[in-house]
Amino acid sequence: MATLTETAGRRRAAPALGDRIRRELRRSGPGYLFLLPWLIGFFVLTLGPTLASLYLSFTNYDLLTTPRWTGLGNYEYAFTQDERLGNALRVTFTYVLWSVPLKLAAALGLAMVLDRSVRAVGIYRATFYLPSLLGASVAIAVLWRQIFGGEGLVNQLLATVGIHGPAWVSHPSYALSTLVILAVWQFGSPMIIFLAGLRQIPQDLYEAASMEGASGWRQFWKITLPLLAPVIFFNLVLQTIEGFKAFTQAFIVSGGTGGPIDSTLFYSLYLYQEAFANFRMGYASALAWILLVIIAVFTAVAFGTSKYWVYYEDEGR
Amino acid sequence: MNRKPTLRQEVFRHILLAIASIVMLYPLLWMIGSSFKPDELIFSHPTALPTSFDLSNYIHGWTALRVSFTTFYKNSFIIAALAVIGNLAACSLTAFAFARLDFRFKRVWFVLMLGTLMLPYHVTLVPQYVMFLHFGWVNSFLPLIVPKFLAVDAFFVFLMVQFFRGIPREIDEAAIMDGCGPWRIYWKIMLPLSTPVLATAAIFSFIWTYDDFLGPLIYLNDMRTYTVPLALRAFVDSSGGESLYGALFAMSALSLVPVFVVFLAFQRLIIRGVALGALKR
Repeated sequence: MATLTETAGRRRAAPALGDRIRRELRRSGPGYLFLLPWLIGFFVLTLGPTLASLYLSFTNYDLLTTPRWTGLGNYEYAFTQDERLGNALRVTFTYVLWSVPLKLAAALGLAMVLDRSVRAVGIYRATFYLPSLLGASVAIAVLWRQIFGGEGLVNQLLATVGIHGPAWVSHPSYALSTLVILAVWQFGSPMIIFLAGLRQIPQDLYEAASMEGASGWRQFWKITLPLLAPVIFFNLVLQTIEGFKAFTQAFIVSGGTGGPIDSTLFYSLYLYQEAFANFRMGYASALAWILLVIIAVFTAVAFGTSKYWVYYEDEGR
Repeated sequence: MNRKPTLRQEVFRHILLAIASIVMLYPLLWMIGSSFKPDELIFSHPTALPTSFDLSNYIHGWTALRVSFTTFYKNSFIIAALAVIGNLAACSLTAFAFARLDFRFKRVWFVLMLGTLMLPYHVTLVPQYVMFLHFGWVNSFLPLIVPKFLAVDAFFVFLMVQFFRGIPREIDEAAIMDGCGPWRIYWKIMLPLSTPVLATAAIFSFIWTYDDFLGPLIYLNDMRTYTVPLALRAFVDSSGGESLYGALFAMSALSLVPVFVVFLAFQRLIIRGVALGALKR
């Protein structure tokens, strides 16, 4: 009885409480029902692990004993003593700085040739795209190991002109280059995005420029590049982030070691080794957060500076 | 570009493109050619063309490991098929909620969903492993499949939201007038109208799951649970001597066939998907 009068009293004060809940349920109920799988996934597989990872990054944890709090110990070690980390960063940045521009240049160049040619574009487009689709597989990495091996395809071809090449994949000065070549080989997907972008450029701009007597080179710098800037920006950000995350190819080509002498020790590979070979789960978590910060800073800088060099056509409309 | 090329320019471009195509495809052709050659010929001559059509590398490679490739392909296809089903079901439900239903804090959830797109997998890797280890799921397919049923691939959710938003609202409004609830709108109207985006999501789910290496590497330790990529890696490790190269080439080439077939069958959808600028590879 007491509750009943209480409810009645409250209903008078805030008349809609029960109704509001009911109305809210009717409004939001179906939405949350549809959202349920994602919500569970978000909390259990994303948010929870993210927070756990942040916590673990301040601990020592070997899976067997409970995590031991070490404060900033992992980060201190990472920044001041860990030479392999310094090396992994150097390797990863070298890889990104070479592979991304080369890949995008190849993609843009071929896209422009394809955009101009009239016949059989579909076949070439498919041919150039195929490596992008297959390239992430273990099979291609296995193939790369053989192509750039001591007696591989590359050295066989070099031998026909009398050059005796080294075993590229097991040479510390060249191993990383073979991975850069593998990345550039997969220029097909940015090429397709460039191709779509080129199709958006109004033809009359080129016609007008031709009438004014502008050379093809000038047209490229003054029309194509500026109008393609948003697409270049998109590809640049996407490929760079992908480059930071690269793992499988380096793992297979180096047999999981990142060798020879850590010359292909990609950041992701080093993190994997720390976590799943050395069982330093706390330190691996710290490495993950350092990578997250690197990617976040890169993305922020890219977007922050984009207004100076990326021109969006519909700006200010 | 505009200007109609002259015949000479056109021919020149085609020669250039043809050379580029051959350079691009030569590694693949060399692999296929080598898979039919006896080992001693693979590394002695750079031509891709095999002199004979010898299947012994395939026969030998299929059973070269302790477990045969029948098991590896079965495992790979089970995981990939369930991942496709999970992604389609969970991502389309989520996308439907975001695109069509009204509920409290929708914007907050949507922003969080987009936020997960930016999160590198490294961050959740260790805690997820610890969690699945405690569930006793290591050495089973569950860690590779269950997350797909919980729509963790936010990228597909995003893709579907974009597509659903393009479907005219008048269609669902008419259905609501006829007394359809949200479930029937989702099942009877949205899904049938969304086959292009569902197909795109299915294709890329399949390819990415089939190619995935890190996930199986971490969670599958028993060779009987290996997927094809893991088996290839085991093959590389086991074939220290040069005697198995032909078989290794054969199994590598074979492992590309499913992706290649999907590519041939759905080329237009795949290329359009990439052109939308949404798909990373």
